[in-house]
Amino acid sequence: MTNEVKLEIRDMTKKYKNGDGVENINLMVNKGELITLLGPSGCGKTTILRTIGGFLDCTKGSILIDGRNVENLPPEKRPTAMVFQSYNLWPHMTVYENMAFGLKLRKIPKADRHKQIMEMLELVKMAGMEKKYPGQMSGGQQQRIAIARSLLLKPDVLLLDEPFSALDAKIRSQMREELRKIQIDLNITVVFVTHDQEEAMALSDRIVVMNKGCFEQIGTPAEIYDKPANRYVASFIGDMNFIERSDRTIAVRPECIAINSSGKEELAGVVRAVMILGHYTEITVDTECGIIRSFIAGQDAVSFHPGQQVTLSYTKAHEFFN
Amino acid sequence: MFLNPIRWYHTLGRKKFFEFLILIVFILFFYGPLLHMFMLAFASKYEVPYVLPTKFGFEWWKYVLSQRSLVSSISLSFTIAAIVTVLSLVICLPAAFVLARYDFPGRKMVMLSFLIGNAFPHLGLYTSIGIIYYKLNLMGTFLGVLLIHMLGSIMLMVWLPAGAFRSIPRQQEEAARDVGAGPIRTFFHVTLPMAWPGIAVAAMFTFIASLGENQGTLLVGLPKYRTMPVEMYGVILDYPATAGAVFALILIIPNIILLLLMRKYVGPETLSKGYKMN
Repeated sequence: MTNEVKLEIRDMTKKYKNGDGVENINLMVNKGELITLLGPSGCGKTTILRTIGGFLDCTKGSILIDGRNVENLPPEKRPTAMVFQSYNLWPHMTVYENMAFGLKLRKIPKADRHKQIMEMLELVKMAGMEKKYPGQMSGGQQQRIAIARSLLLKPDVLLLDEPFSALDAKIRSQMREELRKIQIDLNITVVFVTHDQEEAMALSDRIVVMNKGCFEQIGTPAEIYDKPANRYVASFIGDMNFIERSDRTIAVRPECIAINSSGKEELAGVVRAVMILGHYTEITVDTECGIIRSFIAGQDAVSFHPGQQVTLSYTKAHEFFN
Repeated sequence: MFLNPIRWYHTLGRKKFFEFLILIVFILFFYGPLLHMFMLAFASKYEVPYVLPTKFGFEWWKYVLSQRSLVSSISLSFTIAAIVTVLSLVICLPAAFVLARYDFPGRKMVMLSFLIGNAFPHLGLYTSIGIIYYKLNLMGTFLGVLLIHMLGSIMLMVWLPAGAFRSIPRQQEEAARDVGAGPIRTFFHVTLPMAWPGIAVAAMFTFIASLGENQGTLLVGLPKYRTMPVEMYGVILDYPATAGAVFALILIIPNIILLLLMRKYVGPETLSKGYKMN
């Protein structure tokens, strides 16, 4: 990753007829960076992705790739490649034909085409599948081919629209790892859209947290987690306890709540439940401020039992003023 | 043991037994006449006291195929059916695509308007068409016959392909645009091949319908253009029943072959997709 700006969105607004859409979007993506647009469904993340890809026109503003305005170009003329959630591959073509289609349009000689396709299949671990039809492959395999097909065209920016959300959990995390590895190896610029915060945390160089058509925070996964800019980000990413005070809200991660140890801001309560969840234990405590959840390392949690009087303190907290 | 219906009744149970009976009646009702025709077509000697023909052979086939007027009607029918199918495709596919992909005011009315041609008794329709034909000098012309045939297939030829176009996920076309194909290339490389099974079914029905069209051809085409179904009227009146059976089989065989070829695609699903209105 370098500091060279690959993609820039300037003051972009896209409004649909029903009033939904995104407003005043500004974003800079560096070369070789993987940036994730994260937010609940309907927050406008796919809208942004589709305007970058050329499938939607912006109402106002501009999109620049390598400093060149691409806004008036149709999708086929843009240096972007998009991978969709599903229905990526053309069912009447074999894997090989699917991958060759774009290369043929670029008038790449047959021998080169063949070599590039074979190399790319190797890279996504799908060598030997070139004669299959999409219908003969699993969802995960199809998505690999879809990503390979996009990578083959050496796009300036790769756009991924929830590419793994139709896959089951195990394959999803495996694909995630592989995508990240390929992205770093080839040093490609990626805009990734997801509603899955775990996926965003695992993959991204930076995350854009979105809500109702606006950016709430842009930052590295660690920044987003440790220094949420506002209450929305704090509640959307990871687990969070909210303690209401008269003029402010105190947000504390469950792993930052200590039980029966001296720290600042003590809070009394009664243990409600103790749940062992593998390497940590979740303890819920009834307090005057509502139910507080705490994650305690396994060996430290054995002494607690429901009904016990305890005091809580927090090692780290965020304050949001109302 | 095997022919006793009482044993069948107890083996199958009451409900199944009656279903079985209905099935038998159904089969006799539908396939009986067909079987009878088959028998007639291959009966060389079939005389009064005998229930079944006493001699089978191709005698009547030879006879029918030696009648010049009948043979020329066969080739005329197939020529017309082929031309009608191609012309219908050319005219109806663009309409089907527009109806499937663009929402414009009155779209549903346009879709329904194709039904109108099939909503009235054909003979009445043809009478009024005849008046127009006389004015346009289309009466007794080849073009006139083609138009009459196409009229009957417009509905199917628009509705079925429209259903096929509608069921293609837009993302598949977007993916083609994304890798660098313009709108026209996308249509010919992605949209059309994906809609092809539905289009082929419609084309098949058009071909079959054109082979079977008789009323319109009779009114518009006579005396110059005598297709097989038109000749059939004469055959029924002037030839022995066995010759009629041969002729009818020649008319049916292509239909059966086409249906068998397209069996995979002709299903309730393809048809219902086409008849969806929205």
